[in-house]
Amino acid sequence: MTAWLDSAALILLIGLAAWVVLGRNTFAAVAGFIAYGMLLGLVWVELQGIDVAMTEAAIGGGLTGALMIGAARRLKSAAPVAPATAGTLVIAIGVGAAMAAILAACVLALPNPAPSLASLVAGNIAATGVQNPITAVLLAFRSMDTLLEAVVLLLALIAVWSLAPDAEWPGRIGVPQTANPNGILAYIARVLPPIGLVIGFYIFWAGADQPGGKFQAATILAAMWLLIISAGLGKTPPVSSRWLRAGLIAGPIGFILVGAYGVASTGAFLGLPAAYAKPLIVTIEIALLPTLTLILALLIPPPLRKRAEA
Amino acid sequence: MTGATLHGLAAAILIGLGVFGLIAHASPLRKILAFNIVGSGVFLLAGALARRGAEAGFGGDPVLHAILITGIVVAFSATAMATAMLLRLRSVTDRTTLAETPPRHDADPPA
Amino acid sequence: MTETPAGLLIVLAVLLPFVGMMLALMAGGRNTPRVAAITIVCVVVTVAAIGLQVAHAPLVYQLGGWAPPLGVALRADGPAAGMMAVVTVVVAAIALYARRDFAVPEGLVEARAPLAFWLLLLAVWGSLNLIFVSGDLFTLYVGLELLTFAGVPLVCLDGRAETLRAALRYLLFALMGSLLYLLGTVLIFGVYGTLDIELLSRVIQPSLVTRTVLALMTAGLLAKTALFPLHIWLPPAHAGAPAAASAILSGLVIKGSWFLIVRLWFDVMPGVVTFGTAQLLGAMGAAAIVVGSIVALRQQRLKLLVAYSTVAQIGYLFLMFPLAFDASAGAMSGGNVLTAGLLQAASHATAKASMFMAAGLFYKALGHDRIAELGGAARALPITTLTFAMAGLALMGVVPSGAYLAKKLLLAAAADQGQWWWTVVLQGGAAFTAGYTVLVLRRLLASPMAPEREIARVSRLSECTALALALASLLLGFVAAVPGIGLPSGLISNPLAPSELLTICLVTGGGCLLAWGFAQRPSSVRPAKAAFVGVLVEDFDGLLRQWPAASLSLFAFAAAMGWLLQSGTAA
Repeated sequence: MTAWLDSAALILLIGLAAWVVLGRNTFAAVAGFIAYGMLLGLVWVELQGIDVAMTEAAIGGGLTGALMIGAARRLKSAAPVAPATAGTLVIAIGVGAAMAAILAACVLALPNPAPSLASLVAGNIAATGVQNPITAVLLAFRSMDTLLEAVVLLLALIAVWSLAPDAEWPGRIGVPQTANPNGILAYIARVLPPIGLVIGFYIFWAGADQPGGKFQAATILAAMWLLIISAGLGKTPPVSSRWLRAGLIAGPIGFILVGAYGVASTGAFLGLPAAYAKPLIVTIEIALLPTLTLILALLIPPPLRKRAEA
Repeated sequence: MTGATLHGLAAAILIGLGVFGLIAHASPLRKILAFNIVGSGVFLLAGALARRGAEAGFGGDPVLHAILITGIVVAFSATAMATAMLLRLRSVTDRTTLAETPPRHDADPPA
Repeated sequence: MTETPAGLLIVLAVLLPFVGMMLALMAGGRNTPRVAAITIVCVVVTVAAIGLQVAHAPLVYQLGGWAPPLGVALRADGPAAGMMAVVTVVVAAIALYARRDFAVPEGLVEARAPLAFWLLLLAVWGSLNLIFVSGDLFTLYVGLELLTFAGVPLVCLDGRAETLRAALRYLLFALMGSLLYLLGTVLIFGVYGTLDIELLSRVIQPSLVTRTVLALMTAGLLAKTALFPLHIWLPPAHAGAPAAASAILSGLVIKGSWFLIVRLWFDVMPGVVTFGTAQLLGAMGAAAIVVGSIVALRQQRLKLLVAYSTVAQIGYLFLMFPLAFDASAGAMSGGNVLTAGLLQAASHATAKASMFMAAGLFYKALGHDRIAELGGAARALPITTLTFAMAGLALMGVVPSGAYLAKKLLLAAAADQGQWWWTVVLQGGAAFTAGYTVLVLRRLLASPMAPEREIARVSRLSECTALALALASLLLGFVAAVPGIGLPSGLISNPLAPSELLTICLVTGGGCLLAWGFAQRPSSVRPAKAAFVGVLVEDFDGLLRQWPAASLSLFAFAAAMGWLLQSGTAA
């Protein structure tokens, strides 16, 4: 891509960020944030990070955007917040500018040529059986991080559950769903999910060798599920549901079991014997997919009905 | 100046903008938005570094890209948790800012 | 760097609590505490085994068989094993203490708060173990976030608006800290192409980027540790949580980010640190002791007093940094001073957890925790009163507590290096601690104001657990006798020796004066002169705990540290 297009995209990105941060209106800021997330996805493509671009678009842009819109709607009726005082603004401007300046100085002071582990990844990727180098890092070289990240998500869900009103426990958490089964949303919710399912599973399957993978797939599947729920065609399961809890722990537990098999077969926890490396990686991803889908969907509060402020 | 350096400088500006928002806004939702801007700035900086480390036929250092993906997911978890907490606060009170009630010097506060 | 055969134990210590958490979620209802109990037993055994191994040599484990820089290594050295052991003791005690409080109520299949409490307790434990043993800066980032996500919900288990607000404050300020830490991690990878602590320690050189990284990461971690003036979130969060949760938050959670600062300063970049920065960190510690203690003395609620005493005690944890700076080598060096710092963390973890437990029991028995109305509590709860007194003594550093041993080591280092000002801080801090302990004890021992007030029954098990933990803190000094620690002999002197008794008398006397001067009293009595200073300090504290001021402090600290790092090398 040409340099001027690069610069134009970055300037637009900074402009959108300024809009999000400086805007008076919260809704406008949230809308700006969603546009920002999408543009960021494009910038990632420029930076040759297709996998990151997909994650950023799905999670950073899509799911976070959905969260923010929902939150902004629910907070509309809250007491207004006093605008920042002049003193606060001075502090904020000073600190923000200083931070940007020192980081810019650091960026310019970075060594040339840059250090990189790319060659090391290239030299060892054959042992993992997958061709996507990022999948190799996520599920072989630094698989501990990925295991812990699944625990982070589960912990975030436990945290969100811990906020539920006692009266709702152990039932369905959130607003009861009542929607028009003949409305346009219900129509979309009947047509879109089968297509989403196919795309989701394709991205999941392709992830081993091409850009894509469990997270991007789980986001699409979670989005389809959320669509069905918001259209009133399905319900979120109660928190006490056995299958729900089994699904929530399946991913990390499956991951740890594969890791333990590594102790037996290669002598190292999370080790992958060369002959079965790829099947084991796929096993981990299959175990993680339902867990990630469930958690991502349950972390987004159900949409607000017309007069259903709980 | 290479493209990666340009991205790094843009990341520095994004982080500065986000830090401004984190400090200036009293509304927790705006703080959460600003937190995400700072986060994306940090990720973009990592992306610029990854691009600088492109070698062995990869467009960027895959280790940094993998770390980034984990970071994005962790940041999303944090956002979801903060939002849930904010919405719960909203459901029990009207006042959603973080300021405490001012300190009292009288000897006997209410129970 | 080479792997050790028993290294798999470290993996178990990290993952068992998380596996227990997941199985406890699956089990649900009344089985959740049972699964938690089984998990605790398993981890206790694992940590004990690690301790036995580490006494001979540190453990190393390469996950997946991939050596750093490509893979991630876990390492358990002496400090890591020691911290794991302390956390294990405290977690087990908290679990016993909370058994009654967080049981599923009769007639319910499952309740929200108990389920959340047990899952979060296990999650805090797993995250702390991960932070203690992880050898990779990014894995440490994930561990830090795990710790935050496990700690914050503990604050608002009761769902009141004030605790929700405190929790949200805590979360947002901690997230700001995480971002600074992550930023540092990214930059360091950009310079050195590795995130492994040991590989980094061999190559790191002072430069613009590494100095910025150290300043940003330290500032971010201090935000999570709540060192004054970054304690914006601590008092309401620690005082508002249920007692068992406060014990986790105050005794354990803040030690995670503190330990990471120790790792950064001593293991990752000891040579980047300068004399000035180490002094700055110590000075903030001293300020924490003074301001935290004075505000603690002015509290009317017992839990807030204990929370502010945590603000002060966190200051103590940073007094070792200036004394560990080896001026001749121009770098941080461990040795006895580091041991003293870790001992302080251990004594604070045990004593403060038991203090919060005692405060919770008083609250439960009396139905309130207003200090002025605590009269008669000693007669109703003699064991818990004794617990509070012993925890206070342990924090003051009376022979043979861990804090005593730590103080002795630090005083020796201060005398050795001619940094007399830290001697003043160390002794003065003990007087402040004596002040608020005496203040509370006097109220507890007073005769009841309203004799007919009914006293609720509290669990005897909870009382005894808190007492045992206070006792552990008070006897912690005897670890000096353990040969593996490597301390010189004769550090623990006869507690009835004239010099020791004189010190205790001076410290307690000073404490009584401070308590008399600063404490609030009924408006009918003319306030002491010092009370005006107290009001000023209280207002100053309130000002600093405003969001913009706290953020400014955070970044101003980073800037000051960066400047001191830069100028220190030019000299």
